Amino acid sequence: MSSTTIQHSQKHAPPSGSDAAVVCRSIEKSFGEGQARVRVLRGTDFDAKAGEMTFLVGPSGCGKTTLISIIGAILSCDDGDIRVLGDDLRRMRNGRLAEFRLDNFGFIFQQFNLLPALNAAENAAIPLVARGYSTRKAERVASEMLDKLGLGEHTRKIPAQLSGGQQQRVAIARALVHSPRIVICDEPTASLDAASGQRVMELLRDAAMDHERAVIVVTHDDRIFRFADRIAHMADGTISTVEQGKAEHSKTAVAPEDTTP
Amino acid sequence: MITTALRMLIGDKTKLLGLIFGVAFSTLLICQQVSIFAGLLGRASSVINDVRSADIWVMDPSVRTIDASYPMRDTELSRVRGVEGVAWAVPLFKSQVQVRTREGRLENAVILGVDDASLIGVPNEFLLGRVEDLALPDAIAINPAGFRLLFPGAELDVGRELELNDRRARIVAILDAAPAFAANLTIYTRYSLATTYTNPGRNVMSFIIARSGDGLSPEVVAQNITDRTGLKAVSSSAFRNESIMYIIENTGIPVSFGTVVVLGAIIGVAIVGLTFNQFIMENLKQYAALKAIGLKNRRLLAMTLWQAGFVCVIGYGLGLGAAVMFFRSTADVDALRGFYLLPEVAGGVAVLAAVIVLLSTLVSMRRVLTVDPATVFRG
Repeated sequence: MSSTTIQHSQKHAPPSGSDAAVVCRSIEKSFGEGQARVRVLRGTDFDAKAGEMTFLVGPSGCGKTTLISIIGAILSCDDGDIRVLGDDLRRMRNGRLAEFRLDNFGFIFQQFNLLPALNAAENAAIPLVARGYSTRKAERVASEMLDKLGLGEHTRKIPAQLSGGQQQRVAIARALVHSPRIVICDEPTASLDAASGQRVMELLRDAAMDHERAVIVVTHDDRIFRFADRIAHMADGTISTVEQGKAEHSKTAVAPEDTTP
Repeated sequence: MITTALRMLIGDKTKLLGLIFGVAFSTLLICQQVSIFAGLLGRASSVINDVRSADIWVMDPSVRTIDASYPMRDTELSRVRGVEGVAWAVPLFKSQVQVRTREGRLENAVILGVDDASLIGVPNEFLLGRVEDLALPDAIAINPAGFRLLFPGAELDVGRELELNDRRARIVAILDAAPAFAANLTIYTRYSLATTYTNPGRNVMSFIIARSGDGLSPEVVAQNITDRTGLKAVSSSAFRNESIMYIIENTGIPVSFGTVVVLGAIIGVAIVGLTFNQFIMENLKQYAALKAIGLKNRRLLAMTLWQAGFVCVIGYGLGLGAAVMFFRSTADVDALRGFYLLPEVAGGVAVLAAVIVLLSTLVSMRRVLTVDPATVFRG
């Protein structure tokens, strides 16, 4: 298994090796104007490779969310280079960025952000439907994914009928159902109790880890650090330290068998 | 994503009901009010409509509506008959008269006196009796609504006697004449008899109704009559429109109905707008998540338009259904005779309902389009 590479203080250095799914160099991002301007990212360098689970940790306000928003093609940076799967995100227009997200990213949010009126299968099927699958086929593929995540008997339940852990598993299914190359998880265990959090991380590890997929997890929860291949500590808009994780991945990748629309 | 959009909407039943109610309420109110208004305007020209055999109306130049005539000299009839292109011309007397039954019931009526010899001007549809019966002494024909007004609860029949201005009249026929604007009771009788039931002055002829000759348009012949006699002559359709415009321009009815229609639209926009905005606001985080996942604004816009369209179709359908039910349930009410849902009104209100929903959802759509997908990462 390849390892995550976090490079520090390499201003505008060229992207690293071809196996890097995410390459960030000297990323700058500020919010506000004039005296209210806040420099959130200060020349941040960050790499994530396929087949690894990279944790991004740090205190509140250090820039983690901004960094993953930029990596996730949701936010643009003011300066620096960002390449995702070899593509320069700064050269893409908004419409192309949306397509890029849909094709290559899976997102798991802290608050799950499931559509309350849709059942588990319908929620998990959204990325496939958005990519042009028929509703029926998308829900069938989504149900298979939910089944692999242990929610086979709950596919017709709406979020309000599911526990927090179950809802997060639906979110994981939604993030993985279209076999994205990169999965970004924002505090995936923050809304869960300890046991549920551990269970969700185990499922995430088992389901998401694949030699072609990079998983980036933003978290405060040190109880789940054991799942990380690499842990990048962030402070004041830069990566301060990187430590090797102790992850022992299950090699059983879970992906839908049929992903053609 | 259409199914997803609709499931989102249907999943929030309370707001869905509120949205549908808003559109349905506006649709019902506007359909009902506009139809009644159209019915009232129709009454303004009902006499013109009922006199189908004539296509030209001749009157004193000062007359602007069927409901206010200025008598002409009887000699004018001969002058009109002499105009080139006139196939025939007959007099028509129109006035109002008080009618009293033997039981002492008093009603106001519109009385129309048609040519004694030809009886031209009497509507064709007789429910009881025949047109020839009007040649009998003291014979009158009345409309069903008028009969039921005079004799509540009684079955339609002929032979009953009435008192018109202290003179005896006998109902010999019931004919399907539409209620006039001024009264629900319409009486048809011979010209000579009609003038005796009222107290006309020296001149008695209210109108001359005429027919244009073969191959000639009534407008051209009417112009000939005007040119030759100095009288006002117009085609039936022109006189119909003129009578309707008189009501629109000289009464407060359009303002009254128009106010209700505008209020209905405003209430619809308010209910639908507020409810839809609340629905969008509550789902804004979910829309942001959809954006983050990779849905483009175009797609989200389509989703909200489908939701709006769904509300519009269901709400309009229910409102229209309620309006149809209203007019069906009042079809037998004589006071509301002639008030029915016109297809044009239904079509117009459909467009209005779409505009109401579109206006109501514009603000909400803007919120969807401008929501920052990065908000999903902010707790």
